[in-house]
Amino acid sequence: MPGTSPAIEIRGLRKSFGDQTVLDGVDLTVAAGTITALLGPNGAGKTTTVGVLSTLLRPDAGTVRVAGHDVVGAPEAVRAAIGVTGQMSAVDDLLTGVENLRLMASLHHLGKRAGRQRVDALLEQFGIADAARKPVATWSGGMRRKLDLAMTLVGSPSVVFLDEPTTGLDPRSRRTLWDEVTALAAAGTTILLTTQYLEEADRLAHRVAVLDRGRIVADGTPADLKATHDAGTLDDVFLRLTEPSTEASAGASASAQSATTTEEVAR
Amino acid sequence: MTAATITPSAGARPLADTLTMLRRNLLRAVRYPGLTSFTVGIPIVLLLLFVFVFGGALGAGVVPGVTPGAEGRAAYLAYITPAILLFAVVGAAQSVAITAAMDATSGIMARFRTMAIAPGSVLGGPVLGTVIQAVVAVVIVLGLSVALGYRPGAGPLGWLALLGLVVVVAFATSWLCVAMGLAAKSVETASNTPMLLTALPFLGSGFVPVETMPAAVRWFAEYQPFTPIIETTRALLTGTAPDASTTVLALGWCLLLGAVGYAWSRALYRRERA
Ligand SMILES: Nc1ncnc2c1ncn2[C@@H]1O[C@H](COP(=O)(O)OP(=O)(O)O)[C@@H](O)[C@H]1O
Ligand SMILES: [Mg+2]
Repeated sequence: MPGTSPAIEIRGLRKSFGDQTVLDGVDLTVAAGTITALLGPNGAGKTTTVGVLSTLLRPDAGTVRVAGHDVVGAPEAVRAAIGVTGQMSAVDDLLTGVENLRLMASLHHLGKRAGRQRVDALLEQFGIADAARKPVATWSGGMRRKLDLAMTLVGSPSVVFLDEPTTGLDPRSRRTLWDEVTALAAAGTTILLTTQYLEEADRLAHRVAVLDRGRIVADGTPADLKATHDAGTLDDVFLRLTEPSTEASAGASASAQSATTTEEVAR
Repeated sequence: MTAATITPSAGARPLADTLTMLRRNLLRAVRYPGLTSFTVGIPIVLLLLFVFVFGGALGAGVVPGVTPGAEGRAAYLAYITPAILLFAVVGAAQSVAITAAMDATSGIMARFRTMAIAPGSVLGGPVLGTVIQAVVAVVIVLGLSVALGYRPGAGPLGWLALLGLVVVVAFATSWLCVAMGLAAKSVETASNTPMLLTALPFLGSGFVPVETMPAAVRWFAEYQPFTPIIETTRALLTGTAPDASTTVLALGWCLLLGAVGYAWSRALYRRERA
């Protein structure tokens, strides 16, 4: 990993769906080994941003580099460097936890021994070893989310994207995930996460970027943002920066979307 | 964390990845046997229905000099076995459309798309799994047919050629069905388009001679892909040398269907999804 160059570089990113402009010139730079939280109201374009960063969506304009590689010019190199936990659950329900993780180990060509060790270590680390041999369909939402994240980490990615990783989780599961994310960054992994919980951003992130109406409207350490906006909490910063009109127009679809998300995670 | 201690070899390894995906697919088939049993069950039900309900009368109709009743049933069993076998192959292929749609609508395919794996491996695993299921289905249905009194006259080389043909047809139709499954909006609608494919063995020479059909249907029956495929199968099973041009036509159709299915699947795999 190139130590000094940024892990994520977004310049003038634009993305539309049909005639709806979702990202309208996003600029963001994320230093290697840091945790950045991307905040924004429902429908602000957080998932779309993660989609472009993880090569699922093609940018309409702008340059996007991840781990030093261009997402359009060298998507395979980007894919080899990243790990993604999407907003939607991405585990195989018919397989057991162990089988899901071993599938990832095989796809990363870890080899039999190293693969098994890696899988066992992750099961322990996330506290899901007890249920590991039961089909995932029978697991609770919180355990599935932990497995989801563990699967993302099997290949030891240098850059990790987490799209609302703790939505719908109970406080204890949330705490486990926070601890893991902190430990990952301490070991040098770069993390970009989106969240609806400002407390989460405040505790976890070295840096917070607020996305609203397709642009980054604030970007700094949690302390900086509170100071510049003369606010006591990130909640106040958030409310001051984001447009209420966005919420009103996106309200219906946004609440429908968060309902499905919760259901998905809780299943 | 052990981020520094394990260095996975970056990049895709198409063959190893395809086998990994095949393993996943077979594991899912074992865990969710309903789809597989359905795939084998339908041709078995059809075979029994056609032989025991329609066979007595139809056998006398399609094979000259055969009397209705038991003799008709035996003749009809021999007449339709090739088409039933191919129906079993296409039925297996149809199930991969459902498998592909399940993956595409759950988050797991999005996960694969963010990993360094070739599209051909992600989709090729299920295709290989389906080819295996199709061969198993053909063996079971043929076994039943033999148990009911059918006596194929194929020699060792004929059986080998038949196996080859079944694999080729299964491979081609599976790629086409993977694409149809990816194109579907939901798992529920994934098997709708492949249904057209499963209708093809009926709209040909498989169950009644095409000469008995009205002009328009007959024209379609003569030129559709499954007619040369069924006729080649019939010849291989009876132990007569298949007509060269019919065989070439059968293989040509498979090549075309498979190529279209493969290209279409790949394009749909990278398509942006809502
Ligand atoms: N594939 C898509 N096709 C059409 N519209 C989309 C698609 N993905 C997202 N959108 C729209 O883009 C906007 C931003 O969505 P998203 O990035 O999911 O926001 P967030 O994750 O911040 O809630 C929403 O209005 C959503 O309806
Ligand atoms: Mg989102």
